[in-house]
Amino acid sequence: MNAKQARRPNNQGPQAIPSLLVVSAAFVSGFCIMTIEMLGARIMAPYFGGSLSVWGSILTVFMLALACGYLIGGKLSANRPSLLNYALFFLAAAILSLPIIFFADEIMRPIFLAVEDPRYGSLLASLFLYFLPTTILGMISPYSVRLLVENSDHSGQKAGLLFFVSTLGSAAGTLGTSFYLVLWFEVNEIVFGTAAALALIGVVLMIAGTRRGHANE
Amino acid sequence: MSDRLWSAVFFLGLFSASCLAAETLHEERSLYRDITVTQEGNRRCLVFNVHRGDRNQTCMNTADPERLVFEYAKMTFAGLLLNPNPQSILIAGLGGGSLPTTLTKLYPEAKIDVIEIDQAVVNVAKRFFDFEETVNVKVAVNDARVFVKRAGLLEQRYDFVILDAFTGDYIPEHLLTEEFLEEVRAIMSPDAVLVANTFSTSRFYDHESVTYQKVFGEFFNFKLPISGNRIIIARNEALPPRGELNAVARSLAPRVEAFGVPLLEYPNRLSTRVDWDMSRRALTDQYSPSNLLRDN
Repeated sequence: MNAKQARRPNNQGPQAIPSLLVVSAAFVSGFCIMTIEMLGARIMAPYFGGSLSVWGSILTVFMLALACGYLIGGKLSANRPSLLNYALFFLAAAILSLPIIFFADEIMRPIFLAVEDPRYGSLLASLFLYFLPTTILGMISPYSVRLLVENSDHSGQKAGLLFFVSTLGSAAGTLGTSFYLVLWFEVNEIVFGTAAALALIGVVLMIAGTRRGHANE
Repeated sequence: MSDRLWSAVFFLGLFSASCLAAETLHEERSLYRDITVTQEGNRRCLVFNVHRGDRNQTCMNTADPERLVFEYAKMTFAGLLLNPNPQSILIAGLGGGSLPTTLTKLYPEAKIDVIEIDQAVVNVAKRFFDFEETVNVKVAVNDARVFVKRAGLLEQRYDFVILDAFTGDYIPEHLLTEEFLEEVRAIMSPDAVLVANTFSTSRFYDHESVTYQKVFGEFFNFKLPISGNRIIIARNEALPPRGELNAVARSLAPRVEAFGVPLLEYPNRLSTRVDWDMSRRALTDQYSPSNLLRDN
């Protein structure tokens, strides 16, 4: 009986969440997180050098941001999850990535002037440059799980699938960026590419969400 | 088959024999690399990442420590032909400290700032390579990019700048870009000379040359057949005529002879000929995949 109930939403056609779309979106967000993270050191090297502590700053900020994002995303997913909200995460992440392209110098210069120790300088600069977009990208993971989960029996399986896909995306983003993208494009072009990809996913999700809304009326 | 096996055994034997001949005086793993100090006869060497078979960073003849061992270290002194009396010297990359040690003997009055990212290298240079910090010779443990940027803000000026920062692999990417060279140019006094130690490796060579040319215009390219290094000598002003270089070489040569520097041979080796592909892209902070370019 439980199993029968679980299958019901899938049979309702237009109401079902298109899981391929959510899974693809999770892949892209995983890819983008690591692309920005890999470029982080390159972006900060002109001000804070290439020492190990610069990597330490970047990784710390990314981990903190993802931690916050998971918490917030999970919380938001409890309150009437929808594809439209999900789409907004992607659009917000795209917009919040833009300062990395357009205001990197404006953000790093005053920090370089104020903080003499490159360790704390790079930590502060990482916070300002990467914390917000990465937090938003972190919110996507738990929210994706919620959109895919139809009942608690399958929740672990769906979560596993999503972690698998988004971490696979992260691996692809790390390798792709460090092996190839830096050879083909300028740093800003790559960041712009990730912002564009996130925005595109956001728009597609929004269209899918709007259609679903109409179908439900 | 057995021939190949025997030759393998032979080379293995040769390899282990060469390892045995060089005694390891010191080994340490720093934040950035594995550092090894070896001694083979009178030759004491500082080696980075020895397990990957990388080359010596610097060597010293312990029987005659004044005399420079490596050709590239001697070649660096060609920069003096453009500014024979430097008073404020900046050196990025300490290694065993042979450059600051020699320069402070030549110019005891000159202020020398050395930038070295790795504290362990500073310790090893002091302990095994007779490097000393003095009133005039100071080491800053810092990233060269950070040091130079800050020196620019503080409006410090140097009249002799040596770029010799290497990892076990090559020059760090952020020390190869047009923006970095502009920052270096900004801390050079009008008569200052820049000496950069690079490799004469193929595809990367073009990008590097294009970048230096973009920032400094025409520069002297200094290569010797016996060395795999290419020394770039540049300055803000136009390059001096060769006659002037020869005159300086004649007056300076006796002073550098003790260090093993054949300065009289150098003026004719300084070339302004473009031997690189000028259509290559300059390296910038936005585009500097040097570690990827080098292998291609």
